[in-house]
Amino acid sequence: MQKILGKATRDAYGETLVEIGKMNPNVVVLDADLSKATKSVLFSEKFPERFFNVGIQEANLVGVAAGLASCGKIPFISSFASFLVSKGFDQFRMGVAFSELNVKVVGSHGGITVGEDGASQMAIEDVALMTSLPGFSVVVPSDEVSTRALVLETAKHLGPVYVRTGRPKAPVVYKTGTDFKIGKGIRLREGKDLTIIANGLEVFEALEAAERLAEEGISASVIDMHTVKPLDTDLILEEAKRTGHVLVAEEHQIWGGLGSAVATFLAKKHPCKMGFVAIQDTFAESGRADELLEKYGLTHPYIIKTAKKILGR
Amino acid sequence: MEKLSVEQLKAKAKLVRRHIVEMTGAAASGHPGGSLSATDMLVALYFNLMDHNPQDPQWPDRDRLILSKGHASPALYAALAESGYFDPKTLTDFRKLGSPLQGHPDRRKLPGVEASTGSLGQGLSMGIGMALARRLDEKKYYTYVITSDGEMNEGQTWEAAAMAAHHKVDHLIAFLDYNKYQLDDSTKNICDMEPVVGKWKAFRWHTFEIDGHDVKQILHAVEKAKKVKNEPVMIIAHTIKGKGVSFMEGNNAFHGVAPTREEVEKALKELS
Repeated sequence: MQKILGKATRDAYGETLVEIGKMNPNVVVLDADLSKATKSVLFSEKFPERFFNVGIQEANLVGVAAGLASCGKIPFISSFASFLVSKGFDQFRMGVAFSELNVKVVGSHGGITVGEDGASQMAIEDVALMTSLPGFSVVVPSDEVSTRALVLETAKHLGPVYVRTGRPKAPVVYKTGTDFKIGKGIRLREGKDLTIIANGLEVFEALEAAERLAEEGISASVIDMHTVKPLDTDLILEEAKRTGHVLVAEEHQIWGGLGSAVATFLAKKHPCKMGFVAIQDTFAESGRADELLEKYGLTHPYIIKTAKKILGR
Repeated sequence: MEKLSVEQLKAKAKLVRRHIVEMTGAAASGHPGGSLSATDMLVALYFNLMDHNPQDPQWPDRDRLILSKGHASPALYAALAESGYFDPKTLTDFRKLGSPLQGHPDRRKLPGVEASTGSLGQGLSMGIGMALARRLDEKKYYTYVITSDGEMNEGQTWEAAAMAAHHKVDHLIAFLDYNKYQLDDSTKNICDMEPVVGKWKAFRWHTFEIDGHDVKQILHAVEKAKKVKNEPVMIIAHTIKGKGVSFMEGNNAFHGVAPTREEVEKALKELS
């Protein structure tokens, strides 16, 4: 799998936000003093009257967005995923989810590929928290193209959505023009021995792993499960029935992420052998993104090792 | 809606207080103390100050009210029912399974409830959002928030306070129901927020200080507040927890404990 670096998903988000702003005058954007990093700054330059920088205050940020949404606005709120989700969580719970308000939440700097800034800046639990809220959709795009498409879908979707974007440049997975729907996974590769379900940066690692496994005679499906909630259970069931072995890879804490969601579903509908590539209940640290992915077991050799283990080879 | 006179408002407040006592009594739970302290403000708002239409709760130009201290829901529900949003006969379904009269306000279940509240400290932020939407849409409505002294303990209150002033949010009029008590004890003994007026002034809010049970003062303060431009308004309303029922006044035992059957009878006699 040739690794071509595209834009960071946060850059794709910022650019798409400007397009959405042009299309829909009801879209407003709020940030908590991180707009240059989350890339909502691009919207603020085009539409200053529809942009509100609230300062370094996540709880109020979410509450203000809820108020705007209750008056028919479509607020996109951005900050680092780590701060936004944790510090705004009760506001997401009562003010947005319980209130059934149409607030779009985009947490940048998801996962450990934040890199040098270290563990306090890294969201490794955001998916667990946001999927726990009734009514919230949770989306983790893998690259530039999928981010653009899924952010556009998010704007059209009626109801609260959480989208995680990342800091580093993301390897290109998709060609421009690929169709994306919230809640519909994408089969990127079809195999018969094993299904690798991944999202975010792990999609590229999964494709890389599948290619190497093929060289060793192991045929693996690769699914981009960009939407963790609602989960594309039809696709998971179809794959599990065909291959009987399911591996989930994600740049997230092993507790409560995509792996947990897939395992809960399969335990009920089609128990099968499973493996998990995720952060093993630990905080990460400062370092280069590639070094961290390696140290915390998220690169393709770990997917290959886990695949062989569940296949008994 | 037709605006009630000061005398009519006083009579309506008495009726709302009767409802509060009956509702919490029937539910054998709820928060009578803080509902009674907020009653006169809610009555002045719903029956005189606010432009709203119970026949069309989603009317886009309506004034909004957020009960940030959501545990005072009985007072809000009684005001909504008496305004005509629903039949006052159903008020005693409060807190019962299947009733839209949830323990704390739920905007999904009851027309007229603008915001779901109950987790303290969030109402001001929601009010700022509504006021900003008004500004963007160039509408004329006002957003009212009823917050409490206990809520001032919450950090989010001060995030909202700073942000609203910085963004020059007007058409946002908040009441601080300053009844001097919170769940565990007096505000003085738990987390004293004095100087309260000084804090809001320091956060660059336009402040008024009134007797929160004097209807004339409430009407007067809001009329002045409506004229304030480029500043959010905080009306610090000194109130008495349990106001209107002698054995509940200043008695924090009735913060979150309902009156017994005998206490209900006694209270209703006082409120007749």
